[in-house]
Amino acid sequence: MDQFNLEIISPEKSFLTKSDTEEVVIPAIEGYMGILKDHIPLISFLKPGIIDVRSKNETLNYYVDDGIVEFKDNTLSILTSNIFDLKEMDKNKVDKIVKDAEKGLKKDNIKDHERYILDQKIEVLNSIKSN
Amino acid sequence: MPSLDDLRKRITSVKSTQKITKAMKMVAAAKLRKAQENAEKGRPYSEKMNNIILNLSAGVSDPQSAPKLLVGTGKEDVHLCVVLTSDRGLCGGFNSNIIKKAKNYFEKIQKEGKSLKIITVGSKGYDQLKRQYGKSIIENISFKESKNINYFDAAKVGNLIIEKFQNEEFDFCTIFFNKFKNVISQIPQAQQIIPLENENKDKDEKLKSNYEFEPDEDEILNNLLPKNISTQIFKAMLENSASEQGSRMTAMDNATRNAGDLVDKLTIQYNRSRQAAITKELIEIISGAESL
Repeated sequence: MDQFNLEIISPEKSFLTKSDTEEVVIPAIEGYMGILKDHIPLISFLKPGIIDVRSKNETLNYYVDDGIVEFKDNTLSILTSNIFDLKEMDKNKVDKIVKDAEKGLKKDNIKDHERYILDQKIEVLNSIKSN
Repeated sequence: MPSLDDLRKRITSVKSTQKITKAMKMVAAAKLRKAQENAEKGRPYSEKMNNIILNLSAGVSDPQSAPKLLVGTGKEDVHLCVVLTSDRGLCGGFNSNIIKKAKNYFEKIQKEGKSLKIITVGSKGYDQLKRQYGKSIIENISFKESKNINYFDAAKVGNLIIEKFQNEEFDFCTIFFNKFKNVISQIPQAQQIIPLENENKDKDEKLKSNYEFEPDEDEILNNLLPKNISTQIFKAMLENSASEQGSRMTAMDNATRNAGDLVDKLTIQYNRSRQAAITKELIEIISGAESL
């Protein structure tokens, strides 16, 4: 399969750079989106979810809270402030994030948009837990 | 003429000061490497963010409907200045350089008859500004407790600024910090973040790629611009911390060298006066013997 570049950048450092990615599935704000080589230029947001990076030899999974994606000239850039390797997410960590999210949901002045994001977050995290 | 005892005490005191400055220099050197690394690692994020925004704003055709964070409120009455300094002293001209730059700007604004609001980040900046501009300082933030610079601290400042902007408390926002060039030179900078300053106004055609937006352009911009503010502040904080350590290292290096010079000078003086005392005693003895 054709390969393209991927870079995941967090404010503190460059999280991951790969040049042999074949397909990346990202949790874009309006639904999951698969990206292959020669996708048209794209800018979008991420909602809480799992990034699935597939290359020839390996598949990497990351959990993200939010972020911005840009695809241009066969380079996919993901800017995110909160990203974890799924392998390193143990139950305690997941529980903690879920609890924070649930606390956020209980606030009175919560907007519909925020509620949607938090609901999504809890759903994704619960699915991680059950796996 | 100080007595021998005084001189000896002074030499010991200078020597122990020298030990302190030497230790501080070495600590700063170790921290500098880390801070510099962090500053360099943080650059891709803010650059990429800037790029995306440039691409987006290139596509904004109607300035009327564009987000206010990008184009401004249309007024120029109230200026908000965010002055980023360190929490610790003994770092040469690091804080004073930022303050000097900021004060110049403040004067300019006040001369133009516009009102001024100041947010200080870091206690040293607050200490230096409170006497002259105490009334204008609306917020004083300090991250003394955080060991490392992290994005969440920056986001706190960023959110505060955005909140104030949305309450229409100011029209312009500028941040002041030291840009790290190398160990001996740090350049105080003023960067305007609201409305966003477009450095290369005449964008080349390359920038105007036909992007697919999801959701639509406006929503992305509305979401991205507040994030960009936090990112810019984070970048400034990283640059600042590298500059602080670099500046402290040079300052302490100079102090150590000066202390060394001073010790040499005092030792010569000490030896001379010792010699003089001995000669004096000898003369007394000889002249005493002769008179017999």
